[in-house]
Amino acid sequence: MSEKKDIPEDMFLAPENRKHTVTGPDGEVIHVDPLNDYFCQDLPKVEAPYKGVLEKFLNWARAESLWVLAYGTGCGSIELPPLFSPRFDAYRFGVMMRPTPRQSGVLIISGYLAVKTLKRAIRSYEQMQNPKYVIALGSCTINGGMYFDSYNTINRLDHYLPVDVYIAGCMPRPEAILAGFNKLKERIKSGNAEGANHYAENLEWYKANQKKIIKDWNMPTYNW
Amino acid sequence: MNEIIEHIKKRFPVYEIGEGPNGVILMSVEASRLVPMLTSLKTNHGYSILVILSTVDWLEDCKFQLTYIVNNPEEKRDLGIRVFIQREDAEMESIHTLWEHAATFQREIKEMFGINFPGSPGVDDQFLLEGWDNKPPMRRDFDTKKYAEETFFPRPGRETNDPAAYMKQKLYPDE
Amino acid sequence: MSNTIFDWKKDRSMFPEPDKDGKPVVELDSQKYIKVWQGPNHPGVTGNMALELTISGDEVMEAKTHVGYLHRGFEKLFERRRYMQCFPTSIRMCVPEPDINEYNLSRGTELLSGIEVPEMAGWLRMIALEMARLQVLLRTVPGQGGTIGLGLPAQWGLYYRELILDRFEELTGGRIYHMYILPGGVRGLLPDGFKKRLEDNLVKIEAFMKEVDRVVYSNAVFKKRTKGIGVVPPEWIDQYGATGPVARAAGYKRDVRKDYPYLYYDRLDFDYNVEHESDVFARFHVRRKDVDTTIDLLRQIMAKMPEKGELRAETPNVLHWKIPRGETLVRCESSRGEYLFYMVADGSIYPRRINLRGPSYTHGVVLLEKLLVNANISDVSSIMVSLATCPPEIER
Repeated sequence: MSEKKDIPEDMFLAPENRKHTVTGPDGEVIHVDPLNDYFCQDLPKVEAPYKGVLEKFLNWARAESLWVLAYGTGCGSIELPPLFSPRFDAYRFGVMMRPTPRQSGVLIISGYLAVKTLKRAIRSYEQMQNPKYVIALGSCTINGGMYFDSYNTINRLDHYLPVDVYIAGCMPRPEAILAGFNKLKERIKSGNAEGANHYAENLEWYKANQKKIIKDWNMPTYNW
Repeated sequence: MNEIIEHIKKRFPVYEIGEGPNGVILMSVEASRLVPMLTSLKTNHGYSILVILSTVDWLEDCKFQLTYIVNNPEEKRDLGIRVFIQREDAEMESIHTLWEHAATFQREIKEMFGINFPGSPGVDDQFLLEGWDNKPPMRRDFDTKKYAEETFFPRPGRETNDPAAYMKQKLYPDE
Repeated sequence: MSNTIFDWKKDRSMFPEPDKDGKPVVELDSQKYIKVWQGPNHPGVTGNMALELTISGDEVMEAKTHVGYLHRGFEKLFERRRYMQCFPTSIRMCVPEPDINEYNLSRGTELLSGIEVPEMAGWLRMIALEMARLQVLLRTVPGQGGTIGLGLPAQWGLYYRELILDRFEELTGGRIYHMYILPGGVRGLLPDGFKKRLEDNLVKIEAFMKEVDRVVYSNAVFKKRTKGIGVVPPEWIDQYGATGPVARAAGYKRDVRKDYPYLYYDRLDFDYNVEHESDVFARFHVRRKDVDTTIDLLRQIMAKMPEKGELRAETPNVLHWKIPRGETLVRCESSRGEYLFYMVADGSIYPRRINLRGPSYTHGVVLLEKLLVNANISDVSSIMVSLATCPPEIER
């Protein structure tokens, strides 16, 4: 056992993965632990809506470039590819798909959310940049729809994420989704789409609801 | 087909042999003789595909029914083999050595019904649920509606009417 | 099979030797490997599922499928619903091709309660099933090109899929969920002029498939990236219960429509579409030939079906439909393979158990995990789409 003491803890790690110190160009000494998972622990802040000269212009600009996160969370995602095909052509409304949350501003919850997906949807939503909006597709996001008595799907989305526009139907037709996008644009242009601020204000309530059903919460409270 | 049944009858204590409505022969066998029987069917009689491994919960009889349906692609025939096991501490022999994908079925059954299959690879891993701490959801004594109402936030306003009672009330409100 | 361009597999000196089961020995602590999650939020996965890939360089060492993101507990919900209420719920079990669920549930209910469906309803069911197959194939056949960067045909195919969806809308009123085949029969007759409009669409789709042949099928890049990739050894087919295009691409003559004829498929003239290479290209080729078969079948059905007839059989009051105790097995051929319901009735108005076993149950879990070992990471989505994994079928 005495031999074991001589072995340093990080002996089996590659040199670049050991704890070490780095001196910056301005002489500042930084301690680096590459195996530690760093994340921002700050909670989101409320951004007061801009009420200046440019307000209308900014809202117009936000409304005309809605970038959608390409995450099909439920069966409503079957109608999203036709939405971007020549027949319905959502591009003419400034709506386009983006592959990562960092680039997108609209999260479409396409239908029912299983508890396992809700965890991922929350992460995706929190990683998105402001201004961000949530569109809920289908009746299952409103009151559970067909799955109101299922043990694994949530009933009301607005208890977990701030919803800007609901689109009813099972499933909503692409025309209905386009109408929903137009409704969202109206809300943004009139300055009413403040879902992200609502989320930041009522973070404790949202987090309590989320942690009630997500039993193994193995992520930071807020995922930047 | 009858030859195979006669052959099986000679070697294994099968009972309740019957033909389902779709021409599927179903039979029951003791749990301890299942694996030898499936092995014999697979190697000697050409039943080489495991189609489904399904579980039925007979709560009132305190029993689980496991149904193994095997298919013979040459003769295009299905054979269903039922096994009844006790509901408490339910445990069954694993058949992943015969068919590797049976491990997936068994993993799901372990999670959904709580039937253990010792030795089956990955049988204790979570398959569909994440962090589930209630009783296995597919058991009949688990009330999914009550659980959903307690856990999720039901939106008020959803009403259901039993059609018979509703129509009676509409048509004959005095009765 | 050997391809000189893709000889990156030959120099295996830096990769670990597999153990005796053929699985590579992966020690994550050795820091030669990284874990990459493909999905659930990833454009390259089919539906909402995740692949946990352990990669070394750009070669996949180990793959694990994670499902459950779409789990709704259908089989539990059926315990609380009457037979007729099960039917609109069941169609949501497989979203891209809901009609097979309608058919299987209706057929199972009819078998258990001993109801015979009128002939006209049977032919109309076949029209709905074949149209559903065609609309799925119009997504997956050009969509196979989308997995390796040929995005144009995928978008293009969606337009032609819309034509079939229009016909569905005309016939049933719904685009995706049709609820057309219901226990006891079907819901309506063909509208006036339906056959002519469908025939016009079929002509257009045939012309489009010729374009797909030119853009995708004879494309050099497509051939180089799909031939010899994702080979399923023929002995795995029975061992893992693979069905449909995967089995047919490996040289097996397996088609539920011919092996276990249901409805009136035995009166139609068609053949197995078989290939032998068993790689991604062969599976694509089988599906490509399936499109022609389906178009041909639709024409045969329209020519052979009667003009008039009963639409529904006499059924009890559907909300008080007691079905005697019994078990049955119903199967039909979906675009992905054998689609199977195991139904148990216990003599009450509620079903005791309805268990779905779709082709993805093995294709998406065991077979995919096996095929991805030693595959290049850029081929992962191509292999996944060629197996046509449909996650809602795995988790229900």
